[in-house]
Amino acid sequence: MLAKRIIPCLDVKDGRVVKGVNFVGLRDAGDPVETAEFYNTQGADEIVFLDITASHEQRKTMVDVVEKTARKVFMPLTVGGGISDVEDYRRMLNAGADKVAVNSAAVKDKYLVARAADKFGSQCVVVAIDAKRTENGFNVYIHGGRTDTGIDAVQWAKEVESLGCGEILLTSMDADGTKNGFDIELTDIISKTVNIPIIASGGCGTLQHFADVFEKTGADAALAATLFHFRELSIGEVKDYLKERGIWVRR
Amino acid sequence: MKTVIIDYGMGNLHSVKNAFEFIGQQVVISSDFKDFDKADALILPGVGAFPDASKVLYESGAAEKIIELCTVKNKPLLGICLGMQLLLDESDEVKLSKGLGLIHGRCERIADTGLKIPHMGWNDLVVDDDSCPLLADTRTGDYVYFVHSFKANLADKSNLCAHTFYGEDIPAVIGNGKNVFGAQFHPEKSEKVGLGMLKSFAEFVKQR
Repeated sequence: MLAKRIIPCLDVKDGRVVKGVNFVGLRDAGDPVETAEFYNTQGADEIVFLDITASHEQRKTMVDVVEKTARKVFMPLTVGGGISDVEDYRRMLNAGADKVAVNSAAVKDKYLVARAADKFGSQCVVVAIDAKRTENGFNVYIHGGRTDTGIDAVQWAKEVESLGCGEILLTSMDADGTKNGFDIELTDIISKTVNIPIIASGGCGTLQHFADVFEKTGADAALAATLFHFRELSIGEVKDYLKERGIWVRR
Repeated sequence: MKTVIIDYGMGNLHSVKNAFEFIGQQVVISSDFKDFDKADALILPGVGAFPDASKVLYESGAAEKIIELCTVKNKPLLGICLGMQLLLDESDEVKLSKGLGLIHGRCERIADTGLKIPHMGWNDLVVDDDSCPLLADTRTGDYVYFVHSFKANLADKSNLCAHTFYGEDIPAVIGNGKNVFGAQFHPEKSEKVGLGMLKSFAEFVKQR
């Protein structure tokens, strides 16, 4: 049986993990490579690096981070943030990333999804969708959740799938940071709309929330950042709990 | 020993190289037939579409070279993902195209059972042939990482070493009983279990 995936997300700025805390046994909490290794020993199924570096110049450091991680961690690596063209895809894939996530750039130029899928295969093209409730559904937000594009999130999910997107990283702007649980309604509607894997993101705060998103929606994976960063829960604890609940996870 | 990763322009080979280096193996990426001759073992990786790969392998002469080395010289070969599918006789992905024919069977689309395609993520193995050298340290229930839309349909079930289940049984590890092996999943992305298989392959090559 295909296992549900638990994915820690590392926010990386200028080559350093943001908000890193000192895990036991971790020499440098700000070092993305060490942090990725730590999550690996905890049983993470994948690692997502989100580059939140502001300047374009500093982004080269992300390539370096991916290269170093790929020499030590042998699981799928996804990189997102600041990806704007096919050349960025090539650079990250050559550095050792398995998947590359685009968000704003795909909204600005949706054919970037098609070009990247054509060139490198759908399996490495992830579209990150930041969605927020409106009066009549969910809209796609870009620029880190600051700009409402007016695009309907369900329609957008369908469209990127048809363009060749291989996976959707779905973040609920309403749930993100609340610790009140994943947005079940949003995750459910998107996973019923498309036939590609969905990574649910935003809002988890308890073990129960992980079970909820897998039991009540078609999500294939659940992603968390701060929850794992601040050791509120370990990946091992989450997986033990899910296994007890009868949800297939890799142990 | 020296392992050569065959470079034929399909996909990123660095992950495979990184994994072999991590387990302490000397490994080079090459498209030079002279390197294939000198290698103790060959790795045929690959991500992408079967027809493109088949075309490149046959037009460059690499296909004949690999077939010769694996049949006449019995050189060990491990095909990974698309590289495993290429070991078969043919594939109907996009259009009918020729494989290497080192293990008999066809490459076909995964049956539509209502599950998402591609089959992507960690899935557990059932070991069918525990004498397969690649599976020396692998047990039923071990998880490995898959990304694929096509699967092997083997002509001879004795070539099946391990399978997984995704709506139907899917060959995960195949072998010719001698020197040719294939893994449908990515050992280089399957952490301890995958690295263990690469170690077992290296051990097999060393013991010959």
